[in-house]
Amino acid sequence: MAKVTLVEAVNMALAWEMANDPDVVLLGEDIGRNGGVFRATVGLQERFGPLRVQDSTLAEGAIAGMAVGMASQGLKPVAEIQFMGFLYPALDQIGNHMARMRNRTRGRLTMPIVMRMPHGGGIHAPEHHSESLETLLCHHAGLRVLCPSSPARAYGLLLAAIRDPDPVMFLEPTRLYRMAKQEVLDDGLALPLDRAFRLREGEDVTVVTWGAMTHDVMRAAEQLSLEKIGCDVIDLASLSPIDHDTVLDSVARTGRLVIVHEAARHCGVGAEVAATVAERGLHDLLAPVRRITGYDTVMPYFKLEHDYIPSVARIVDGIRETART
Amino acid sequence: MKNVADFIIRFGQWLDTEGKPTRALPEFAQDPGEVERMYRMMTLCRLFDAKAVNLQRTGRLGTYAPCTGHEATHVGVGAAMQPEDVLCPVYREYGTQLWRGVTLTEILVYWGGDERGTDFAGPRQDFPWCVPIASQTPIAAGVAMAFKVRGEPRCAVAYIGDGGTSEGAFYEAMNAAGAQKLPVVFVVVNNGWAISVPVAAQTAAQTLAQKAIAAGIPGVQVDGNDVIGVRAVMEEALVRARRGGGPTVVETLTYRLSDHTTADDATRYRPAGELEAAWLREPLVRTRRYLESLGAWDDAREQALRSDCAAQIDAAVQAYQATPKDSTDAMFDHLFANPPEALEEQKDTARRWAAPRGTGH
Repeated sequence: MAKVTLVEAVNMALAWEMANDPDVVLLGEDIGRNGGVFRATVGLQERFGPLRVQDSTLAEGAIAGMAVGMASQGLKPVAEIQFMGFLYPALDQIGNHMARMRNRTRGRLTMPIVMRMPHGGGIHAPEHHSESLETLLCHHAGLRVLCPSSPARAYGLLLAAIRDPDPVMFLEPTRLYRMAKQEVLDDGLALPLDRAFRLREGEDVTVVTWGAMTHDVMRAAEQLSLEKIGCDVIDLASLSPIDHDTVLDSVARTGRLVIVHEAARHCGVGAEVAATVAERGLHDLLAPVRRITGYDTVMPYFKLEHDYIPSVARIVDGIRETART
Repeated sequence: MKNVADFIIRFGQWLDTEGKPTRALPEFAQDPGEVERMYRMMTLCRLFDAKAVNLQRTGRLGTYAPCTGHEATHVGVGAAMQPEDVLCPVYREYGTQLWRGVTLTEILVYWGGDERGTDFAGPRQDFPWCVPIASQTPIAAGVAMAFKVRGEPRCAVAYIGDGGTSEGAFYEAMNAAGAQKLPVVFVVVNNGWAISVPVAAQTAAQTLAQKAIAAGIPGVQVDGNDVIGVRAVMEEALVRARRGGGPTVVETLTYRLSDHTTADDATRYRPAGELEAAWLREPLVRTRRYLESLGAWDDAREQALRSDCAAQIDAAVQAYQATPKDSTDAMFDHLFANPPEALEEQKDTARRWAAPRGTGH
């Protein structure tokens, strides 16, 4: 079993599925000869050829639109958007066609597509390279939105995404691409879709998070354990649909809920988690729900990005406050 | 400065407005049966269009995009395509769709507000109507890419209007198709108007076909009211694409003899006299005259055709009006192959609060 980074796990999953399913075709900017700007597709064009690992023209709308056309013919396109900030031109195709083609045609034309894209900041990158725009995707019926937070979950969820017969938006936390290695068995086994993962058990506060923030939350939980505050940490992983039952079960035990995300607060996915707990678990709550999130500002250029992204100290402080309420 | 690139845009016409050949005709045009087949479909489109507009005006159909004036373009394109090709239409190319096996009933069911109309029993791989302008063009390039990946000798055909050529998606699609030498033909139906904006206000380009040049692919203009010409030009482009020669842009020059949709009133913006002048160039009369010149048509056959079309249309309208409103489950049942559990609760709510069932008109 190899110890791999998250980006290497993405590469492993792509290679596995391409070797086992001739319908899987990759497309995107610089993904072929260059292996992708983050090297997620390195070695794949050499192995599978330029028709299955396509260097697309520099047009995100065309990438998404061509994925729609290819999928309608039964191929399983896995398209890369180079950074989530470049998602906007592709949203026309994703929202107008990819998400709704099955419904529009009553199941006649289906869209087994995965759109992979780096998500979030913290890597000292140029403007538009650090966005967390999951809300834009989660509001579209017909899409699944995933955001893995470890190499093993990236591997297993990417396989599940490619095998799913419907479009899946696969958000890869940029900050985690090379942050840590983990042993990942290259066994072709997919993880279940639509499920959250409990990363740590605790009795005092439920902490819901996803993506790169998962690591900061786990560090915060470790610190708080020294103060005898037990965090029940849930990696949502599936942002659409949301595994509300796992969250509600946890809140029923802890009575307290903190939601941590990097995206802006307003209409963030955290609001949906909080609203559902208010609807279905209000009487379990011993304290108000707290959100610790990015601000309702533009994601700042990198000098200020760590002032924007919730820090471990800010998370510790917020959870502590909630635990003591 | 030295000259580093030249281009030229050619215009073709095979039949003039009187139905007289202006040049040697292709083989298919010398077969009266083949020309009659196209004329019959053009007539069906014209009569169906009038019926659909009438249904809308009397509250029995939703907003409808008419096709009157475009019959030669639509039927010529359809006749040039092979059944295994894939069509990515806009929303008024009924002639091509009907030629390929979409039914009149399906068209009415769709414009009657029901997605079931897009579940074509005939061309199973054709795309349905595409409302967001130009977004069908990258999709067609993707369909063509699938043909290339699998080594299939098939083509994709995307329609777009004159206004649509202003959209970025069209440039992206042409460019990608050119760079990757994809088997796709982009048909620009230049009918003069994008709702209220005339072509001259849409672009400074002398022709729309020349937009192909920047993508490095051929662009050609044809009289879009000349069904022989449209079919001939399309056949050439499709043969070339099928042989690996890459994409083509075909601009067909026609005129929208109707409002943009039934929700539009073209008298607000169309200059006086333009419509009347356009009627003198319309596509049905010249096709009929050409058929007559072949000795293959007369008034009796015209009358028989019209009653045959009327019967087909009446049967379709009846089938459409007999189609009951879908259940509210339909909103949920086709979103996903494996629906998320949470949708079940909303599905139940929708059932409980559903409007009374009826024909939905």
